[in-house]
Amino acid sequence: MSSNLSALFYLVSGIFFILALRGLSSPETSRQGNYFGIAGMAISIIVTFLTVGNFEQGFIYVLIFLFIGGSIGALIAFRIPMTAMPELVAGFHSLVGLAAVFVAISAFLKPDAFNLGLVGNIKLASLIEMSLGAAIGAITFSGSIIAFLKLRGIMSGSPITFKGQHIINLILGISIIFLIYYLCSTQSSNIFWTIVIISFLIGVLIIIPIGGADMPVVISMLNSYSGWAAAGIGFTLENTALIITGALVGSSGAILSYIMCKGMNRSFFNVILGGWGATEQSSSAKDKDQKPVKNGNADDAAFLMKNASSVIIVPGYGMAVAQAQHALREMVDALKKNGVKVSYAIHPVAGRMPGHMNVLLAEANVPYDEVFELEEINNDFANCDVAYVIGANDVTNPVAKSDPQSPIYGMPVLDVEKSKSVLFVKRSLSPGYAGIDNDLFYRDNTLMLFADAKKMTEEIVKSL
Amino acid sequence: MEIDPFIFRLSIFILSIFVGYYVVWSVTPSLHTPLMSVTNAISSVIIVGAIIAALASSTENIFEISNIFGFLAIILAAVNIFGGFLVTQRMLQMYKKKKK
Repeated sequence: MSSNLSALFYLVSGIFFILALRGLSSPETSRQGNYFGIAGMAISIIVTFLTVGNFEQGFIYVLIFLFIGGSIGALIAFRIPMTAMPELVAGFHSLVGLAAVFVAISAFLKPDAFNLGLVGNIKLASLIEMSLGAAIGAITFSGSIIAFLKLRGIMSGSPITFKGQHIINLILGISIIFLIYYLCSTQSSNIFWTIVIISFLIGVLIIIPIGGADMPVVISMLNSYSGWAAAGIGFTLENTALIITGALVGSSGAILSYIMCKGMNRSFFNVILGGWGATEQSSSAKDKDQKPVKNGNADDAAFLMKNASSVIIVPGYGMAVAQAQHALREMVDALKKNGVKVSYAIHPVAGRMPGHMNVLLAEANVPYDEVFELEEINNDFANCDVAYVIGANDVTNPVAKSDPQSPIYGMPVLDVEKSKSVLFVKRSLSPGYAGIDNDLFYRDNTLMLFADAKKMTEEIVKSL
Repeated sequence: MEIDPFIFRLSIFILSIFVGYYVVWSVTPSLHTPLMSVTNAISSVIIVGAIIAALASSTENIFEISNIFGFLAIILAAVNIFGGFLVTQRMLQMYKKKKK
């Protein structure tokens, strides 16, 4: 196939990828969008085979390896529980990053195969592009591995900080730029390997200081990095599909990071520099005077909700941990039978990745038109009888609106306290991730339900 | 004077960032998790580079070091392509309207 023709086909698959993302603007068109994505991918792969045209040697091995990887991927996709989506996505990002590194290494070792010049005499622009692609890919890989370990709970979610951390990162970052400059003048393979190794190190160092509950930002950020790495390789290979995709993914991840940061009212740099939870815990411990709380049980909760005319459910990460989404749906079904109007309120940073709660509720067969975002539903709390807070904490704290001293001041929160009564399912009075006490616990209209989220919800279902 | 082809690629890149910006803002927040998994799947189009790397050989030996890196990249990208699209499909199947 002529390279002009294949370039046109790559453009077509790039457009298909744009349509794939466009499809996600509504749940109805989303499945069709996914098919566009698959079609774009198929076109790219077939065109590449036809362009290389080398079917005698190695072709069978390509198919075998494609099959091995594909089977592993399919197996993972079918077996992964929806609660584990954040770590799955983090793991997948690491694979894209590593694949980018491998392609860059291969292009460096055999530039003639990619039309980039000869070993020791690679075109200047290509050298810059491939070393940038390799560096960003390596950062994506090791960073995603750390994010994966933290999300999986293999590594502690608390931030790991040490003195001079940011200075070290800065020095390493600058050294990458210098090394790329030297690589261009010397074409030395040792410098190329050094760039890759330092980038792996940077990936680890930038993710370890970030705390567990900032993971939505980290995942989005790594999503963005994997896009830029792909784009870097796209420039090296002069491949339009890869350049378009890289730009799409890069900006998608950047937008999601921005949305997540805004949901926490924190700047991107504040999150990256890390260590929120670690510093605040000490200050909250000292003013722990015993304030009175109202304590209820499942029967009280069932009674309140059965006699309500509208109930708003506020799910959070605790619901995912307790796997309470199915019990919750049963409870809502029982309430609906009693003629209660039920809706769900989702805070932008509920869960461990963007949209995490929506997927879990969808898995429990909650129709998506009962699930609302913060801006859509926040005014409805004033007219609602019962707010049922399950596994959420900081995102309901009224302190964010009233106390300028609070670390979460200015963060958008759900106005749960405006509803006539609040049922708060929680294991204890311990503060949430931000390390601050939730004012809501001590309000007159709040009834605390101290239990595991799933058990409590199941008990309520029984008493209904 | 002729324009360097790099400038054309750069133009495609920058315009795609703009397209991405507007398309992604139009994605409904409830589908942000599928958005991440599908962007992950499509970024595996890097497999194009992996295939070229795997099949490039100047000698009879198809398992030169650069080919091996290509083959490894094929496996990684294939895990992502199949895993990414299938898990997205699985999630999107769950987003159903209320049946009355």
